[in-house]
Amino acid sequence: MIRTETLHFAYPTGLEVLRGIDLEIGDSEFVAIMGENGAGKTTLIKHFNGLLKPSRGRVLVDDVDTAKISVASISRNVGLVFQNPDHQLFCETVREEVAFSLRNFGYDTETIERRTRSILETLDLTQYVESSPFTLSGGERKRVALASVLAWNPKHVILDEPTIGQDYQQKDRLRNFILQLVSQRKTVIIVTHDVEFVAECKPRVILLSRGAIVADGPARKILTDKALLNECSLIPPQISSLMHSLTDLDLSQDVIDVYTARACILEAFRRER
Amino acid sequence: MSIRILEGFKFTKLPTPLHRLDPRPKFLLTIGLFTVALLFTNLYALLTVLLVQIPLVVVAKSTRRWLRSMKGGAVLAILILVMNFITGATFTFSLSMTIRFLALMSSFSIFFMTTSPDDLGLALENMKVPYTLCFTFTTAVRLVPTMAVDAQTVIDAQRSRGLELERGNLLRRVRNYVPILIPLIVDAIRRSVELAEALESRAFGTSERREPLITLKMKSLDYLTILVTVAFVAVSIYINLYVPLPTLDIPIRMPRIWPWMS
Amino acid sequence: MVAVNVRDLTFTYLGSQTPSISDLTFSIDAGEFVILTGPSGCGKTSVCRCLNGLIPHFYSGDLQGDVHVCELSIREKPTSELARKVGLVFQNPENQLFSLSVERDVAFGPENLGLPRAQTRERVEWAMEVTGISDLRDRAPYELSGGQQQRAAIAAVLAMKPEVMVLDEPTSFLDPKSAAEILHVVHDLNRKLGITIVLVEHRLDLASRYADRVIIMDRGKIVLDGKPSEVYNERAHMIGVGIPRITLLAQLLEKDGMSFPMIPLTVDEASAALRRSFGA
Repeated sequence: MIRTETLHFAYPTGLEVLRGIDLEIGDSEFVAIMGENGAGKTTLIKHFNGLLKPSRGRVLVDDVDTAKISVASISRNVGLVFQNPDHQLFCETVREEVAFSLRNFGYDTETIERRTRSILETLDLTQYVESSPFTLSGGERKRVALASVLAWNPKHVILDEPTIGQDYQQKDRLRNFILQLVSQRKTVIIVTHDVEFVAECKPRVILLSRGAIVADGPARKILTDKALLNECSLIPPQISSLMHSLTDLDLSQDVIDVYTARACILEAFRRER
Repeated sequence: MSIRILEGFKFTKLPTPLHRLDPRPKFLLTIGLFTVALLFTNLYALLTVLLVQIPLVVVAKSTRRWLRSMKGGAVLAILILVMNFITGATFTFSLSMTIRFLALMSSFSIFFMTTSPDDLGLALENMKVPYTLCFTFTTAVRLVPTMAVDAQTVIDAQRSRGLELERGNLLRRVRNYVPILIPLIVDAIRRSVELAEALESRAFGTSERREPLITLKMKSLDYLTILVTVAFVAVSIYINLYVPLPTLDIPIRMPRIWPWMS
Repeated sequence: MVAVNVRDLTFTYLGSQTPSISDLTFSIDAGEFVILTGPSGCGKTSVCRCLNGLIPHFYSGDLQGDVHVCELSIREKPTSELARKVGLVFQNPENQLFSLSVERDVAFGPENLGLPRAQTRERVEWAMEVTGISDLRDRAPYELSGGQQQRAAIAAVLAMKPEVMVLDEPTSFLDPKSAAEILHVVHDLNRKLGITIVLVEHRLDLASRYADRVIIMDRGKIVLDGKPSEVYNERAHMIGVGIPRITLLAQLLEKDGMSFPMIPLTVDEASAALRRSFGA
């Protein structure tokens, strides 16, 4: 479980980014943290693996105060995947890239071999095992970065803006992969402003604005609140806006994805007849 | 500690007279202070050269950062003091050299803290330095804060993969910086390519003659600065040649271990 | 007038075995707003680079076929000359803004062209007004939000008075609201100033409403080319193009027996169409 108690954070320059965050994310939960650029989303998740320590308040990961232990120890249980894979790729082969993380955590050679092979297979990267990460395409590099973090099997996985620059197919694959992680009982936290992606994944949504939580609830409730989303520079999913414009037709108001909308509209249509 | 020194050379936009000065007379002022600092060896004179810069720093509202850079330079300053003293100089002289170093560093610090790289580029252009060189310079300066942010991100990303930078012996620690340097270098290269693409797309390097939209215009304060600087240097030369200055004898002596010591 | 004329275009990057784009043939009329889309790696960026001369002058390789933009051949004319006719706005606003003030960045292009100061001033004021950033003129680019930076980048390109503007995924790094605003600015450039637009985008839900035409590419070739409502079909979905959700919904409902005289691209269109079906 990841828990924060009146978390305040200000940078040394004095800029206050987080103002009193109280939240609790249980094991195996699937959460999307959303908000406008500058709301504090990335700052918040950096507290979850200890990269940043609170100015005031506490952050507890599995009941351990992050201020008291090193980033490396927390990272054993919290895997943070950064937005830009080029900020971490540096090895000559994909294999070494994955092995790097495992070596840092002290695994023996045999385990490293085994886990590397396994995670590359899961992420469909086996054919690139001896390739240089720099020769791969953007999407492939993102998968290598993901592989290198998942290799040590952290209990909690955090993805910072995983959908930026991805086309529809890649997002689809990502969504399936995330749902797979969730089914493996991992805690999955994604930071994103991709409303349509969240509408298809339907996680718990925590909405952040100017350093404070303004909303916390299931996706279908949060993503249908137009005023709230507007405050955070977000636009409701198209399906939600559509349903909103048809309130007088007596359609359910918390629909956010295509297939539920289809079923809902068909039912209402057939009722009319 | 080394990062602290850099802070004393970083430009921040502030509405002070020193910031508003044209970079050319400002640079003349810096060179003036620099020259005078090299001219004198007398402790009192050098102290004056250092102290006379303090009101400038205050006017530029940059006191805190200036102090931080002075603190950062303290290591080098002490090294100079010790090296001079150990090799046989009097304590007074060693102290003078230390003060001289601080005065030199401070004069450049004031310049860079109050002059925007864009204005610097414009000044260079004005002095007929080829445009491509001026541009290279200003872009490099403009990219420093951006790359600093990237460096921090890379460090964060690698620490999140279990890299511990503070552990291990010296060799281990140096090796641990490879996962930081390589992504940074690759990032710098990628950035350069994107920048080059944007430059090409905006017809960079097409015309020999460029008429910059914003030009530097000398105002009365600028001319006054030139006057004051020239006067300051002239008076200093006069004093150095003709006016006997008080000396200070500090009775600490280094034992005679080198052949050139008296 | 034909703004862009591409014939049998094939390009293989130096050091690569396979061409990134093959046998492309299409033309774009002046004033058209064209969306270019397709899965990652389909060659969209390579096409953008061909349109302003980065290919073949900046990126070496084997170029076959012909590209004429505003009747200038990319083979014969240098990038600097093509830059007067075609502007290219990139994905990452950070690496397109070099100065410490927005005003100077916007002036950069005209200055490079050797224009007299008065003319540069005129263009800078105009470009900043059109993109709505006149009050940001003295700010440093890194102080601005992503949306503001991208506007500045557009203004900087606009100051060169191009007839064609190519934008390569300009909303990638922006939040949804800023993305919608930028696309609206681009739409204004097209409708009010008559600039031909070639927009590479994945966010079809936001961009489709402005487009006259959508070209879908896959693996280096053009697969579909037509009006958005014609092109957002089953095949596009199979290729992996993210057509707007309400368009997909309408297509599914049509299969279920409801009738839609016109394929909706926006929420308003879908709403109106559904109301008609419900007889409300």
